[in-house]
Amino acid sequence: MSTKIKDTQKMIEEVLAAYPEKSKKERAKHLAANDPTGQCTTCQVKSNVKSRPGVMTVRGCAYAGAKGVVWGPVKDQITISHGPVGCGQYSWWSRRNYYNGQTGIDAFGTMHITTDFQEKNIVYGGDKGLEAAIKELHGLFPLGRGIGILSECPVGLIGDDIEAVSKRVAKEINIPIVPVRCEGFRGVSQSLGHHIANDTIRDYVLGKGELKNSTPYDVNLIGDYNIGGDAWASRKILEEMGLRVISQYTGDSTINEIGIATKAKLNIIHCYRSMNYICRHMEEAYGIPWMEFNFFGPTKTYDSIRKIAAKFDEKIQSNAEAVIAKYKPLMDKVVEHYRPKLEGKKVMLYVGGLRPRHTIGAYEDLGMEVVASGYEFGHVDDYKRTYPEMKEGAVIMDDATLYELEEFTRRLKPDMVGSGIKEKYSYHKLGVPFRQMHSWDYSGPYHGFDGFPVFARDMDMTVNSPTWSLIRKKK
Amino acid sequence: MRQIAIYGKGGIGKSTTTQNLVAALAEAGHKCMIIGCDPKADSTRLILNRKAQNTVMDMAREKGTVEDLELEEVLLYGFKNIKCAESGGPEPGVGCAGRGVITAINFLEENGAYGDDTDFVFYDVLGDVVCGGFAMPIREGKAKEIYIVTSGEMMAMYAANNISRGILKYAQSGGVRLGGLICNSRNTDKEAELISELASKLGTQMIHFVPRDNEVQRAELRRKTVIEYAPNHVQADQYRDLARKIADNKNFVIPTPITMDELEKLLMDYGIMEKEEAIA
Repeated sequence: MSTKIKDTQKMIEEVLAAYPEKSKKERAKHLAANDPTGQCTTCQVKSNVKSRPGVMTVRGCAYAGAKGVVWGPVKDQITISHGPVGCGQYSWWSRRNYYNGQTGIDAFGTMHITTDFQEKNIVYGGDKGLEAAIKELHGLFPLGRGIGILSECPVGLIGDDIEAVSKRVAKEINIPIVPVRCEGFRGVSQSLGHHIANDTIRDYVLGKGELKNSTPYDVNLIGDYNIGGDAWASRKILEEMGLRVISQYTGDSTINEIGIATKAKLNIIHCYRSMNYICRHMEEAYGIPWMEFNFFGPTKTYDSIRKIAAKFDEKIQSNAEAVIAKYKPLMDKVVEHYRPKLEGKKVMLYVGGLRPRHTIGAYEDLGMEVVASGYEFGHVDDYKRTYPEMKEGAVIMDDATLYELEEFTRRLKPDMVGSGIKEKYSYHKLGVPFRQMHSWDYSGPYHGFDGFPVFARDMDMTVNSPTWSLIRKKK
Repeated sequence: MRQIAIYGKGGIGKSTTTQNLVAALAEAGHKCMIIGCDPKADSTRLILNRKAQNTVMDMAREKGTVEDLELEEVLLYGFKNIKCAESGGPEPGVGCAGRGVITAINFLEENGAYGDDTDFVFYDVLGDVVCGGFAMPIREGKAKEIYIVTSGEMMAMYAANNISRGILKYAQSGGVRLGGLICNSRNTDKEAELISELASKLGTQMIHFVPRDNEVQRAELRRKTVIEYAPNHVQADQYRDLARKIADNKNFVIPTPITMDELEKLLMDYGIMEKEEAIA
């Protein structure tokens, strides 16, 4: 075992020392020193298990995964947060999934709609109110092409039959009504919510859309939620390559797009964690192959463009080279401008679905090193994909606690930390440069050639802002 | 003021027994109140001589929220001025009746439904303690005494034992105690001995053995208690006995529930099994 790995393991032990015995033993399984070769057996983290009580976990819930991530961005679906008002209210528009369309006319992304459960709905059930809400919404918004019922916890507790309501009313108003059993108490994190949402796409919408004509170049852009316009940046590249994106899952998407995905020749998936389920289903049921790609930072983007093109004919392959040739000078200029200011800076990441590994290349393009990275709700397959991307001895964290994040920050002294809104302000107080890497801190896009200049600018702005030197730090 | 909860297996006669007992207490001059904790809302029918129309939850549903409700709208007066309230709740198969009980009891308490002049408050609770809502009446600060209505039938005894387990849980955190078993006879073999034995195993007493009598059904058909319908009937005296024993009761215990095996053995020793063996 190398000294780098040993040093990191020693540091992890020091951080764990503050825990009581049981917590220490449990948490130790979720923290590791990275071994990119995969030979070190103690360097693999345990994941996707219940958070330890008493620690401050950063995880969300199944509702967050199903409503916030997967179904929320489908713009012409009217998404009902079924239950008391809080779940919908406090997650309202927090993901910044951009879309084209007229809100309230043919798009509903920024609207918060809830059945607003009261005591009487708990005691007498919420089915009648739900039916009334669906019919009222259909009357108010006739261009809504579907209605999603996203269950909050009480619906599961009192056993409301939302499936029966969906079935009955869907027949009456003739649009898909999708009951999503994403009660927050289900599963160990938001991850189960993604899976449940994928399953409802499969059961209620997939294969039911209309596509007039097909081409050999039809692809689906999967696992891109158009945060700050990400999917638009990615789609642009694919279209310039000569591919036709027939469906986006689910950023700036429509019910019809979700339905016609089965007509594509290839699924290309960005956020593997939240959408691999539907890709696997389309592979099994419709024979559509799928591949992962990465559009963060020029190096990974060029690489991905070539890999995608390799799945098609020479025309696409030569287009791909032309696209790379066209954008490379622009990307080189960005690197040339920002790299000197960011060279050698250390980054610590603690995020969700794909970013803990997918953004590493983009940082490296800017000369930055990711010294620690972790997932809120990753599974074994996510970590397997992460180890080779990280340097030897880097810290790998699963379901990290706020205490661990702070302690690793003190010891690793990163020049910036990228994590979520719950971590942001504690890092501000620590005086450590921070970016909210779930929704790009009100910025973006970060994907593709449109995104990288924004990404580079934002990281420079974060790391090199004079603000941080003005914060009084604890000695 | 004594707050008393009546539990027991569904259909065992909790509501009938409670209302006859309360009618007897009221007849003896005590100021009483019954709170029905069952969505069927039939815990006060014999006292009011009609089914209560305005349950707490039904009224709350009508008004929008329970906060919009006035106490006068749900507190009714029946035989001998007994105060009656029903929690109400959903039809079977929808919603959460347990939450209805919680909401209703909180409402009644917060709005001073019990009053200083009340001697006895009785909670008539649905079937088994199926969830937290139906344990509401025995949580801290509410009913301190519990009586379990049972009979010599196995499932009724099984339920009585289960309820004792629930009481045990709340007895340790709050101050709730078991006051005894009320045997509402089904004319099974050696019923009184069997229930006395079960009571002693649970660490309590069989406070009264109520014999089976059709006069109860005749009174019920007329939406009355026996006390009101046939005050001179022997069965009325049975309920008066029960009322007196409960009023005078000093025997309050933390129950000692038994295992399923012990319960089965009890039935072997006293019940049906022995008779079947004799036939064989």
